[in-house]
Amino acid sequence: MSRWPTDRLLLWLLRGVAAIAGAIVLLIVTFLVMEALPVLRHVGVARFFTDPSWHPTEGFYNLTPMLWGTLFAMVGSVLIATPLGILSAVFCHYYAPPVIARPYRRLIELLSGIPSVVYGFWGLVVLVPLIGAIHPPGPSLLAGIVILTIMILPTIALMADASLANVPQQYLRGAAALGLPRWATVRGVVFPAAKSGLFTGVILETGRAIGETMAILMVCGNVVQTPHSLFDPMRTLTANIALEMAYALGDHRAALFVSGLVLMGMIAALVGAADWISRGRIYG
Amino acid sequence: MRPSTPAEGTQPWAPLDKNPARYVPKPFIEVEQLSLHYGQKPAFHDVTVSINKGCITALVGPSGCGKTSFLTSLNRLTDLIPGCRVSGRIRLDGLDLLAPNTDVIRLRRRIGMIFQKPNPFPLSIRKNLEFPLREHGLRDREQIAITIETVLRDVGLWDEVKDRLNAPALALSGGQQQRLCMARALALSPEALLMDEPCSALDPLSSGVVEDLIVGLRNHYTILIVTHNLAQARRIADYAALFWVQNGSGQLIETGTAKQIFEKPRDPLTAAYVSGMRG
Amino acid sequence: MVKTLERNLDGRELFASILVWSAAALVTATFCWFLGDIIWHGLSQISWTFLTAPPRNAGREGGIGPILVSTALILGVCLAVSLPIGVGTAVLLAEFTTDASLFGRLTRRSLDVLSGVPSIVFGLFGNAVFCKMLGLGFSILSGGLTLACMVLPILIRSTEEGFRAVPAGYRLSAAALGLSRTTTLFHLLLPAAVPGLLVGLVLGVGRATAETAALIFTSGYVDRMPESLLDSGRALSIHIFDLSMNVSGGDANAYASALVLVAFLLLINGTASWLAEHWLHRRIVTI
Repeated sequence: MSRWPTDRLLLWLLRGVAAIAGAIVLLIVTFLVMEALPVLRHVGVARFFTDPSWHPTEGFYNLTPMLWGTLFAMVGSVLIATPLGILSAVFCHYYAPPVIARPYRRLIELLSGIPSVVYGFWGLVVLVPLIGAIHPPGPSLLAGIVILTIMILPTIALMADASLANVPQQYLRGAAALGLPRWATVRGVVFPAAKSGLFTGVILETGRAIGETMAILMVCGNVVQTPHSLFDPMRTLTANIALEMAYALGDHRAALFVSGLVLMGMIAALVGAADWISRGRIYG
Repeated sequence: MRPSTPAEGTQPWAPLDKNPARYVPKPFIEVEQLSLHYGQKPAFHDVTVSINKGCITALVGPSGCGKTSFLTSLNRLTDLIPGCRVSGRIRLDGLDLLAPNTDVIRLRRRIGMIFQKPNPFPLSIRKNLEFPLREHGLRDREQIAITIETVLRDVGLWDEVKDRLNAPALALSGGQQQRLCMARALALSPEALLMDEPCSALDPLSSGVVEDLIVGLRNHYTILIVTHNLAQARRIADYAALFWVQNGSGQLIETGTAKQIFEKPRDPLTAAYVSGMRG
Repeated sequence: MVKTLERNLDGRELFASILVWSAAALVTATFCWFLGDIIWHGLSQISWTFLTAPPRNAGREGGIGPILVSTALILGVCLAVSLPIGVGTAVLLAEFTTDASLFGRLTRRSLDVLSGVPSIVFGLFGNAVFCKMLGLGFSILSGGLTLACMVLPILIRSTEEGFRAVPAGYRLSAAALGLSRTTTLFHLLLPAAVPGLLVGLVLGVGRATAETAALIFTSGYVDRMPESLLDSGRALSIHIFDLSMNVSGGDANAYASALVLVAFLLLINGTASWLAEHWLHRRIVTI
């Protein structure tokens, strides 16, 4: 241990500060639970999935329409963004001449920094009327999926780009020496080599899709219903909280905290599933 | 080359003579005044040499003389390096390799390459061999399985891996990985093999196994091997060529039969290098 | 061995080429459409008056002066709180814990989880703790504190990188000279780790400025010029949200505000990238 007394003081100070940082997550969960407890006690967990509808003012707390909204938007956007993002990265590394690849990469980096409210605004004034012209009304699951796709694309594209950059040169030279053409090399050698990075990218983008609030709120219409077609307006869990928190009181407010807990649960499940899958696949 | 062990119950098989009598050498790869530049820097300059069919030619010389660059220019792998310019002429069996309309993919099937550091793909052992075969047009499952077994036997890996063909290739030892890479190259039925110091990254035991393998490939394949190991060159080469750095770029100093280069070199530089006094 | 190998590859390679180029074209076109739209509609509204005047008629007319001030104040609070905690934690993790230390591992784990929490949940947390429990109500202070929690993981990660980039030789020479760890830290390591810190700072500012959901119920909606940190203030992102969703005819000013926000963020993220590439010699990505 150091001879200097200032060192010991410093160490304890730093430990205190780090403890604060580390405790925040615990505090979040704690406060969510504390605020959610009242309604969980009156109403019980089951009713959050079995009540006839979501009408807190009348005592109905069914979250499932919003859950479906979140799930559909997430699945739709991830299904579209993932191939587009990975192909973008492949484009940058293997197909585009450097004079095109550099600005393209910069463009995607630029767009990863744009706030969700701006995407939502654009979706509201441009995309929603467009969809409305094809099939009224405009605000819909489809609008949500499109905006969400645009928002999570940079995440997967940039992660994929970084993973592809890390593929060892020797694999590429070996493939070339065997006379393997470009796409065959990408498909058969590069993708397996970049597996773990690509997987992490998918997890990150899915997490982002689940947690997105503003853009989805602005384009989805905010009707509490389980969407049965792409053109149905709907509401996600996140949008639900944002919309009602301002005027919610008592049990209603507590119910919103419950949906916050459900969101945390979904993220935790995602990370857990990722851990479990990668344990088998990546090292196998 | 030792043919694969025939199936049980067929006629007995006699080991082939490891050193058959020399036959009349026929040039297979002819290089004329080949030069290579990485941007402004010359790697080697004005190399003219004839590689004979079915023989093992060793490229020797200290590091940095352009031996590896020379090797990679023969199968046009230099195309992948940005800023790399090759000038001169390379003829494979009469075919001009540097012509702009040369089918590079077909070329790389005729000339295979083994790298210094073993580089099997991050796939299973089976996939490492199956994938290039499929890509080059072989689709028949049975044919593929037969080819895989044949080449693995030829490199001496069959008994070691036959039970775990689906295991990851990266789990094999260094020597096994290098032999797998050789099997992968052989599966495409090349006519020539370019080897860039194939044993230098291996331990002595594996090194010996790979060296024996290379000797066994003589007569069936034309082999060009870059090596730092003079003793190895003495052991296995039929022909040798010495590279050296002169005037800021690599030059071919002397070329001839191995016997002549190692015992009666004409150039004093060669004499100094092979006797260990320089380099 | 294989005797007959046909080459039937051209079809597949061509198809793959078309696929890849189409994907890139689709992505480029979509983003250009988006950016072009924002710039086209927003540029005409921007002027010095716009940037300094207060909003009138619920924001349909006038400017965003007080809003910029509120945004700056919220950012200020956020940084004032997150910098000391963030740098302190980063220093502890980089310099005073080993990979095996339980405290270190737990802290890192919890920071990893923290970076995955959705922003709306931060909003709930901020509302429950800062507005209600600590009684700050809807205020700039609440908003800033909430954002500080969000920004911590980014700041810590980047600062830690900055410390790790300092060569081990510095610490060894300092120890050999008998310097206390405190002195080594403040006089030697911290200055050397400044690039990493700056990058983290800039990234954090970017993240905080873009944030909307966490601020809606912590810093409030009031669009007047704030007079103290306890006043409610409207951040730029909230202003855009309000104009587009709640104010009919607010689109024009919303476009202009969006352009200001986007321009600011592009500047910020561009700076972070530049700093990282030139000082840290590393490419970073603002995912």
